Amino acid sequence: MSRPTRIALKVAVWGGCLAPLALLGHRAWTDDLGANPVSFVTNTLGDWTLRILLASLAMTPLRIVFGLAWPITLRRLLGLFAFAYACLHFSVWIVLDFFFDWPRMWADIVKRPYITVGMLALLSLIPLAATSTTEMIRRLGARAWTRLHRLVYVTGVCAVLHYLWLAKVGVTDPYWYAGALAVLLGVRGWDRGRRLVRRRRRAAVPATSAPAGS
Amino acid sequence: MLIRRAPRFTASEITDPKLYLSRRELISGTVAALVLRPGQSDGATPQGQPLSATRNAAFSLSEPATKFEHATTYNNFYEFGVNKDDPSRLGGTLRPRPWTVQVDGFVHKPKTFDIDELIRLFPLEERVYSLRCVEAWSMVIPWIGFPLASLLKRVEPTGQGKFVEFTTLLDPSQFPAQKPGFFGYSSLDWPYVEGLRLDEATHPLTLLTVGMYGKVLPNQNGAPVRVVVPWKYGFKSAKSIVRIRLVSEQPKTSWEKAAAQEYGFYSNVNPAVSHPRWSQADERRIGEFRRRPTLPFNGYADQVASLYTGLDLKKFY
Repeated sequence: MSRPTRIALKVAVWGGCLAPLALLGHRAWTDDLGANPVSFVTNTLGDWTLRILLASLAMTPLRIVFGLAWPITLRRLLGLFAFAYACLHFSVWIVLDFFFDWPRMWADIVKRPYITVGMLALLSLIPLAATSTTEMIRRLGARAWTRLHRLVYVTGVCAVLHYLWLAKVGVTDPYWYAGALAVLLGVRGWDRGRRLVRRRRRAAVPATSAPAGS
Repeated sequence: MLIRRAPRFTASEITDPKLYLSRRELISGTVAALVLRPGQSDGATPQGQPLSATRNAAFSLSEPATKFEHATTYNNFYEFGVNKDDPSRLGGTLRPRPWTVQVDGFVHKPKTFDIDELIRLFPLEERVYSLRCVEAWSMVIPWIGFPLASLLKRVEPTGQGKFVEFTTLLDPSQFPAQKPGFFGYSSLDWPYVEGLRLDEATHPLTLLTVGMYGKVLPNQNGAPVRVVVPWKYGFKSAKSIVRIRLVSEQPKTSWEKAAAQEYGFYSNVNPAVSHPRWSQADERRIGEFRRRPTLPFNGYADQVASLYTGLDLKKFY
């Protein structure tokens, strides 16, 4: 992939990820956040956290299914944006919703399963964000880094559960997100299984009929 | 039954009607533009038209009313959709005229009332009530209506009826969300059914409501007639009612069918009983920034707590 293409893609991701925030800012500025602004801001940030997280989880499946290389170059950026939105979502909860009422928030974290898994999703992103630099990949070594970053599957599951468990009867959006996550993780599972079978077959080849002179 | 009680505030605390009306005028232009759709402003649908009523100070809060704009754009009315803005966006399909309300069951004089007849039969009162949604937000709304007790008295209950069942209109051509969605999916089992114990239904606070903010009830708020039970979570107050029936058994309500462990038959506002998934200890009053504590029976404990003496409110939530 040429350098201009790579730059254009990154610019598009930056633009796409910052647009919802800009729109939210614009709405706040023009007093257009509706009757319940705190709830609106919290929900909007939550929605975009989940969408961007799923987008970051979609990059590897794009390579697996379509053999595309470029999505991988966007994975880190998307992941970091998901983390940024998660932090904003969490900050709004602390500051606007409960105004630093720590005992009340702690009670909710412990008592309300949807908040417990939401916290787990956020916490699981911290080590991933902290080890996202090229320097950290080098220091950890590719194998350990890859293993650590599988934690994002836990993030995805917790984030979807967070939405599923908080949504009221009749709201179907979380099921679509759950379906999308299932597909994205399913493609990985299928690919892993496929490679395992191939490796076994290859391992079995020399014992039976190694073609001479190949 | 008439219970006289000292007002909870002094006369000076009541908002001057002039101030109140001027604010109303200011908003009405904007709201009319938002709420009314082309073809909807004809005489057949009188929503938005002024409706005169006498303020009943003894049953009114002294707190300022929620902005009309907020009370008409932030609604739960599942017949239009599950999102808060669905009722105001899609409310135009509901036709509140002509409309009849069938009142029957265990009564000596069952009767089907035309909505305009119903409005003329009883003197209209304005009452400022607090509305607490089960989702932990609340509003203050000046409703216009008359006590449900007056209507029930007129049809003469037989004594066998122990409960009152309310049924909302079932008509997918007027309520888009009553059409089955993907895979026949439906958010609730239609029609919407709610219920009250007879003593709750005849309590002087229980208001059969036909207007708000000095106007005919907007579609998204349950036009043309709804009930308002201010000490219970909002979903207990059935909207767009077509039938009021006295029954001997506790009605099976739509929300009990959907999630009985979350939405009980009583659903009295109670900060001590959490919703299984969130706390009911506090609420956000629409228009306010910080949460405020939720009061038992939504602040109406001195009027209604006696209805529940001896009842375990944790069990009968």
